[in-house]
Amino acid sequence: MHHVTLDQWSRGGSALHRRDPRAKIATLIGFLVVLGTAHRDLAWLGAALFAILLAGLWSARLPLGPALARAGAVLPFTAVFAGISWLAGDPARGAALVMKSYLSALAVLLVVSTTPLPLLLRGMEMTGAPRFLLMVAQFLYRYLFVISEEAQHMRKAAAARGATVQGMAGNSARFKAAAGALAVLFARSYARAEDIHRAMLSRGFPGYFRPLSAPQFGRADSLFVTFLVISLIVIRIFIEKVA
Amino acid sequence: MHIPDGFLSTPVWAVMDAAAAPAVGYVVRKAQRGFDDAKVPLLGVMGAFVFAAQMINFPVGVGTSGHLVGGALLACMLGPAAASVVMCAILAIQALVFQDGGILALGANVFNMAIAGVLAGYLPYHLWGRGRGRRAAIFAGGTLSLLTSAMLALAELMISGVRMPGPVLGVSLALFVVSALVEGAITVAVVAALERIQPGVLRAPSAGRSPAFAALALVAILLAAGGVVFASTAPDGIERLAMQTGIASHARTLIATPLKDYQASWLGSGWPAQAAAGIAGLGLVYGACLMIGRKR
Amino acid sequence: MPPLILVNQLRYRYDDGTVALNGVDFRLEAGETVALLGENGSGKTTFALHLNGLLTGDGSVEVCGIAVNARNAAIVRRKIGLVFQDSESQLFMPTVLEDVAFGPLNQGLSPSKAAEVALTALEQVGMADVAGKAPYHLSAGQKKRVAIAGILATNPEILVLDEPTTFLDPPGQRALAGLLAGLPQAKILITHDIPFARATCTRAVFFRRGMIQQEGSVEEVTARQGWEFRPRRAE
Repeated sequence: MHHVTLDQWSRGGSALHRRDPRAKIATLIGFLVVLGTAHRDLAWLGAALFAILLAGLWSARLPLGPALARAGAVLPFTAVFAGISWLAGDPARGAALVMKSYLSALAVLLVVSTTPLPLLLRGMEMTGAPRFLLMVAQFLYRYLFVISEEAQHMRKAAAARGATVQGMAGNSARFKAAAGALAVLFARSYARAEDIHRAMLSRGFPGYFRPLSAPQFGRADSLFVTFLVISLIVIRIFIEKVA
Repeated sequence: MHIPDGFLSTPVWAVMDAAAAPAVGYVVRKAQRGFDDAKVPLLGVMGAFVFAAQMINFPVGVGTSGHLVGGALLACMLGPAAASVVMCAILAIQALVFQDGGILALGANVFNMAIAGVLAGYLPYHLWGRGRGRRAAIFAGGTLSLLTSAMLALAELMISGVRMPGPVLGVSLALFVVSALVEGAITVAVVAALERIQPGVLRAPSAGRSPAFAALALVAILLAAGGVVFASTAPDGIERLAMQTGIASHARTLIATPLKDYQASWLGSGWPAQAAAGIAGLGLVYGACLMIGRKR
Repeated sequence: MPPLILVNQLRYRYDDGTVALNGVDFRLEAGETVALLGENGSGKTTFALHLNGLLTGDGSVEVCGIAVNARNAAIVRRKIGLVFQDSESQLFMPTVLEDVAFGPLNQGLSPSKAAEVALTALEQVGMADVAGKAPYHLSAGQKKRVAIAGILATNPEILVLDEPTTFLDPPGQRALAGLLAGLPQAKILITHDIPFARATCTRAVFFRRGMIQQEGSVEEVTARQGWEFRPRRAE
């Protein structure tokens, strides 16, 4: 499963893994803005940024092939629009869409696969995102695996009862069956949320979460952000001036 | 319809991020106020439910299938503010973990699906959710929710200059309408099934029907419809607007002065102008959102 | 010494009208391990939820001499630790260490002290090596141990475990029985697992329709209720 692999990758020990999540978020935003606002010499800029991302993947000791393939998840959506642009007589824009969206996705992937998601959310909280929302996201991520598994079981059970039979005749019945399955899944999820809340209260939950550890933003982190963001800007100016 | 990074032009994503930020702050505050501390696990698990619900296929026609998107269902079950928060969390996890939707484009996706989509999805239920027309209201909510999100996304893409030839536009609009109707049907079917197994589970629309809410939801829907019309009549609309109002030229001198040497190369790309227009729009929208947030 | 738990004529009715508890009298002394037996739906779990004020019915519940009510809930919850049946719901934090430290942090310990207490509790149940892992990746037996560590870290005087052996394989059940035997706290075990109850409990009470129908040793109660599982002999 995608998120399980990502979770394992994110618990590595490279220098990139050790950077403060805020440093990585800031650099990611810098990268995305430099890439997203560019209009000229995109081939050169894309090649340079791709090289930087490859260096990042390599230094984080992530498996290159699988990582590059995972970022390709954006391509189906992008390909549709690239195709439309191409048909509309603007192949350059189509190519730009593919390049920009793929590199952006790869950059996000690099950050997420070097930072455990809870730490990333913690970092976002420290940069001002609402804590309540991030806690909701944290619980979502925690129970994503669990509820998905339940849905998986229900799908198997439905298949075992012959729900995969195709054809118009059974459509309405299958539609109702699927709605019933979702209703059961909803009710179970609701009950689970109540259980979780009871477990929280039992251990003295006072209505807010106290974090166990706060990431430390050190000098290495400031150097990391400053160096990378300035490099990215210089690279872009250089390419646009020279090329 | 999760917009990846690289699709939206700078002013569009900047304005959408600026619009989404205070809106999210507002729904978070409202969601937190309405409930007790049980909300964090409840909303988190509900988010996981919506994720997992995508695995359950609903047959639509021969051989094709759809799945629940969930904005309207959550709005009926948890109330609009909590539903917005859940959808925000879903979109954030999708963007980060699944590379589904961009980071700079997160504001746009949040605004389309978690804010406007949820508001539009709740509006019919808010207005007619008590009487006999409740089922119809839930159906309309699901439909309207998806339609609003999709139209907004389409408008943003077109304003960003993504080409949409007439026939393609027609086909995508038709596809949107079909999937919106499917969402409506799924929402109403799930609610019906849920009421059979757990009577009384549905939240009645809140007693004090605030006209401000209805107005906001209507604005979201009109924005979606108007956006597509505007975008299709005026390609490169934002850029031209920025030029006409003179914001761009002001910004140009402002930004370019300290960087005289680079002026030619910077201005050739036109991105400072775009960025400035974006920032100006950002300020306006931010102020408007704050005022709306304050009032209630 | 006063009893650790004293319950008097406890009654509870769910919102839908179902009577879950219909006059329960119960008492737990220090050092005891009591099995709560009974059919599904006989009121065992509902009873456990009253012990730390998660539910409040009519009648009286006292834990360590403190009346359990909304006002005292916070104090009572420090005295009594509940381990729920579903470890997945119990372990809600992203990592094992954060989960076990959740209770200590809520008791006001500093983060570093809470982490220390959590690690000690994990060592106690033999799970210190998974501290950095996400709970989802653990086996059922490991999850149960971590859940128990999360309770031990709050340093309670009484442990209540709801069906702790569900989903555990026989070696896991044996290991759990060994672990529980080594813990000094008084314990209440809700279980359908008769061999497990016999191995761990000094006393049993049998719930039926929201009341305690019988008390005695595990052997006595199970024999009388016909709960002993024996292969049928050919006549």
